[in-house]
Amino acid sequence: MRTPFPTDAIRADFPILDEVVNGQRVTFLDSAASSQKPLSVLRAMDDVYTRAYANVHRGVYAFSETATARYDDARARVARFLGAPSPDSIVFTRNATESLNLLAYSYARHFLQPGDEIVITEFEHHANFVPWLVAAKERGIVLKFAPFDAEGRLDMQAFQKLTGPRTRLISFAQVSNVFGTITDPAPIVARARELGAKVIVDGCQSAPHMPIDVRAMDCDFFVCSGHKMLGPTGIGVLYGKLELLEAMPPFMTGGDMIREVGFGGATWADPPVKFEAGTPAFVQAIGLGAAVDYLSALGMPAVRAHERELVAYALERLSEINGLTIIGPRDPEIRGGVATFTLDRIHPHDLASLLDQQGIAIRAGHHCAQPLHTRLGINATARASFYVYSETQEIDRLAEGIERAKRVLRR
Amino acid sequence: MQDLYREHILDHYENPRQHGVIDHADITSEGVSPLCGDRIRVDVRLSDDKTTIADARFSGDGCIISQAAASMLLEDALGKPLTELEEMPPQAMLDLVGVTLTAQRVKCALLGLQTLKDGIRKWRAASSSPTFTQT
Repeated sequence: MRTPFPTDAIRADFPILDEVVNGQRVTFLDSAASSQKPLSVLRAMDDVYTRAYANVHRGVYAFSETATARYDDARARVARFLGAPSPDSIVFTRNATESLNLLAYSYARHFLQPGDEIVITEFEHHANFVPWLVAAKERGIVLKFAPFDAEGRLDMQAFQKLTGPRTRLISFAQVSNVFGTITDPAPIVARARELGAKVIVDGCQSAPHMPIDVRAMDCDFFVCSGHKMLGPTGIGVLYGKLELLEAMPPFMTGGDMIREVGFGGATWADPPVKFEAGTPAFVQAIGLGAAVDYLSALGMPAVRAHERELVAYALERLSEINGLTIIGPRDPEIRGGVATFTLDRIHPHDLASLLDQQGIAIRAGHHCAQPLHTRLGINATARASFYVYSETQEIDRLAEGIERAKRVLRR
Repeated sequence: MQDLYREHILDHYENPRQHGVIDHADITSEGVSPLCGDRIRVDVRLSDDKTTIADARFSGDGCIISQAAASMLLEDALGKPLTELEEMPPQAMLDLVGVTLTAQRVKCALLGLQTLKDGIRKWRAASSSPTFTQT
């Protein structure tokens, strides 16, 4: 028997979970959109602002030295958390969206030629969709979409056929934010190696929830967002193989990212600083450092096991509701902590409003994945998502809340 | 918790007034909610002198609030001068709906009105003769 996951102790670290919403203690089931933050993260940032705040990489005085050391230390912690070989291969951005845009500008626009192909999937979040759409239009690059099957899994046969000698770049979500499907990067990376293509893994929904080892994965780039993994808003991560980051031109230019500036031109600093123009969100990075410490202390295999149990319970409990259809795989082994569904004759927005009135927060809409919903032939779905502080009682409250909503709407 | 889904809202959703499409409509306008991807289409047939709304219909899929609001709007709009609808403030639409909505749901309630206003604006732009255009 493995030790039970310490949900009660964890919840004590998240005071926001005691808040009362519409007369009920909040049931927060929207962590896939953004997670709540433990006190240790808030305190780590508070500590910088109250005891050692000054701009990084600039001053030779104590505050600046301390802030810089903590910023560097946060980068090292994130590198360790993701299994990156060196902190220099970790670029801090605003969020995963910025990380992907950086790649669309500094990699795709620079290294791809007209007629080259980028392959993504039909279940991508807009963040891993629109930057490629725009880059493709601008540069005459061909954008291809690998389809998913009836259970929301990547159709690997179709993917193999879709990729070919002109494929230069493959980008996909390791965990779908709608289906929750966990896609094994191994066969995709293997195919990319055959073709000499590069692979970007969108880890927004994987890095917060399961062990990640970018070196073992052998992806070329990996992106994630701090605010989805217990960290603050305004901080995201781009991991890249160092030789690629070295070859890429800067994304944004300005202060901090230069080596030397003259009237006739400028030279760039080495990565990662080359990609961090201007004062970085270093306090947020320090907060993210505390967040990955919190996750590492719990152990990512244990986090994944906890969420697998929750999603298994949620799928079972929700399936008992008349008229409810689960979207995505039924097998919790290949499903992250995301329970997405539709209800007969009840629009997800109406359901979400009625649940909100009971203090239950779920997401309703297209979850920034309109192409996926177009493929499914529906406008919107409802999604409950789980994290380290989620517990089975909350899933019970959700199920009861849905039944109550059905009664109010006479469905 | 019944506050939002009062009887009159559910009634308009279950028995929508002015639902459907109009063949050879003077104005056809489609609106989409960026929030949820819901779509609504509004068709309008104008009076012979083209100043009032002779008939108006809506179609599309959406949440109860967006559908019920469109139903209330078009029921109310029949026989009214176009200018009155063009100038109808969002608050008047919310008053018509008559329940307190959160900021996100306000967008649902206003989808029909925005789609109708868009349609009228485009119709005016297309039907205004160059002779009358101010230079």
